[in-house]
Amino acid sequence: MKIPFVYNLRSIGQRPVSTAMTALGVSLVVAVFVAMLALANGFRAALVKTGSPGNVIVLRRGAASEMESGISRESERLIAADPRIATGAAGRPLVSPEVFVVINIPRAVGEGVNNVVARGVNDEAFAVRNIHIVAGRKFESGRSEIIIGKKIVPRFAHTAIGDTLRFATRDWLVVGHFEAGGSALESEVWGENEQFMPVFRGEVFQSVILRLTDPAAFDDLKRALEGDQRLTVQAQRESAFYAGQSTVLTRILTFLAVMITSVMAVGAVFGAVNTMYAAVSSRTPEIAVLLTLGFPPRSVLASFLAESAAIAFLGGVAGGLLALPINGIVTSTTNWNSFSEVAFAFRVTPGLLVGGVIFAVVMGVVGGFFPAWRAARLQVVQALR
Amino acid sequence: MALVELRNVHKSFQRDTQVIEVFENLTLDVAERSFTALMGPSGSGKSTLLNLIAGLDRPTSGTITVAGAKVNAMPPTALAAWRARHIGFVFQSYNLLPVLTAFQNVELPLLLAPLSRKQRDERVRIALGVVGLDDRLQHYPRQLSGGQEQRVAIARAIVSDPTLILLDEPTGQLDKRAAEEVLALLQRLNSELHKTIIIVTHDAHAAEKAKQVLHLEKGVLAA
Ligand SMILES: Nc1ncnc2c1ncn2[C@@H]1O[C@H](COP(=O)(O)OP(=O)(O)O)[C@@H](O)[C@H]1O
Ligand SMILES: [Mg+2]
Repeated sequence: MKIPFVYNLRSIGQRPVSTAMTALGVSLVVAVFVAMLALANGFRAALVKTGSPGNVIVLRRGAASEMESGISRESERLIAADPRIATGAAGRPLVSPEVFVVINIPRAVGEGVNNVVARGVNDEAFAVRNIHIVAGRKFESGRSEIIIGKKIVPRFAHTAIGDTLRFATRDWLVVGHFEAGGSALESEVWGENEQFMPVFRGEVFQSVILRLTDPAAFDDLKRALEGDQRLTVQAQRESAFYAGQSTVLTRILTFLAVMITSVMAVGAVFGAVNTMYAAVSSRTPEIAVLLTLGFPPRSVLASFLAESAAIAFLGGVAGGLLALPINGIVTSTTNWNSFSEVAFAFRVTPGLLVGGVIFAVVMGVVGGFFPAWRAARLQVVQALR
Repeated sequence: MALVELRNVHKSFQRDTQVIEVFENLTLDVAERSFTALMGPSGSGKSTLLNLIAGLDRPTSGTITVAGAKVNAMPPTALAAWRARHIGFVFQSYNLLPVLTAFQNVELPLLLAPLSRKQRDERVRIALGVVGLDDRLQHYPRQLSGGQEQRVAIARAIVSDPTLILLDEPTGQLDKRAAEEVLALLQRLNSELHKTIIIVTHDAHAAEKAKQVLHLEKGVLAA
């Protein structure tokens, strides 16, 4: 029943210029679409990576973020005593009571300051969060020393080893740079919790991060901590917590991607409409012949839809190729959940590329519909006059 | 019963406010295995008559029966399938899809029949053999002469072995020699392969090749 596709392919080849123009329009839309979603994707991935499923983050009950949370020293001691917590090399429980604040530090380039997370941790934090020093050394206990996440080193001033960074009315000596598997922690400034506590928010931690011996024990631990009358805390898997911390910006980025590419898509669809109307009217005698031979109108409709979809498919593939080089490029943004700077890499995934091509084909089908409809409804007798 | 029967056919076209009466009361029988030439001045309704028989157009009133099927009463989808099965049609020009080879053009009607690739291949070769172009299978229309193009179109019209072959001025754009070849081919299709053929032509010499000549004048038929 089908009109052979080779008929459409060769017809496309007969008008390379208009085909290329139409495909180009589609490719630009797809490139922007893929790039914007790669941005959202990269941001989300950086935050999701920050959390490990074997780790638990404990916050004050009702706190949506670390910023809103507070946990006293007594509570921290009760939490750290839980038997489900894994033990580190030194025989101490893998628990990191942390101080979390947002500070302003000057940018490397240009004027102005930016929000950055400053996190006060203990020695166990390096094992709990899987942190590696890539240059210099760890801060020493009892000293006014800090280490800087490697993603923000190039983005801010006074972050080189040996530099002094001033915040919270004190000078802090930069002694090292660290990496954290590409996660959002690489956009943070770390020091000792006991040093950060007095200069920031007083005798209180913001969160307690702990490593479970068995990740499956999470539900038991959660029940124990949240049921303890002496505590008013909530426990979440760290991975779920950080995924949640990405939702506001991810939603905004995705919404923007859809908005902007929808507007652009209208233009590309009109391009396809034009091209296909021109194709249909210049091939009126051919359509008349096909209908005379007994091909039903729906075959003619399908044939021209396929032709339009094929052009758009070419555009979709080109758009994906166009967007591909941004994969891995590091950029940064303010995380709207914590209002601090997070640096991350664009992430073009195979799924995103497939999505872009599907989007392209949809544009082609939408743009080809009315022209194809006109072709299918052609009256042979009129067409031949 | 004749293969093609037109009874009291009335056909008019409405153009803006003007009504053009093409046939007011046309009756016609075409016998099976006949070879009929339809002549008449331009505008006399020759093309309209072929279109009605092929189910490409509908009469304003009256009945058209082809091989027992009431063509004027068939719903559009049934009509398309019926035409694929029973009618081979050749136009004056633009018969072939320019981006397809002679082989692919001739194969088109067979795509509408339940045939395997091998069966199609065989039939296309036979049809192109009948019109003397089995050495031009992979040629595109622009690589063929006008006469060869029309012969490919005739091969396509016969490839699915239709009940009736209709040709609307098939030699109108051909030089004398090419026209001769096409007419000789049609004669052979009728006498050797017993195809029923109706051809519209301006050319009295061409009409001589037919077994029967009908003259159409202002919508009225005369032998
Ligand atoms: N689709 C149409 N709409 C309006 N008028 C038409 C249409 N088709 C044919 N006619 C008119 O009907 C008459 C017969 O046309 P046609 O059958 O093409 O004649 P012929 O093929 O003998 O030259 C002419 O007057 C023509 O203008
Ligand atoms: Mg005519």
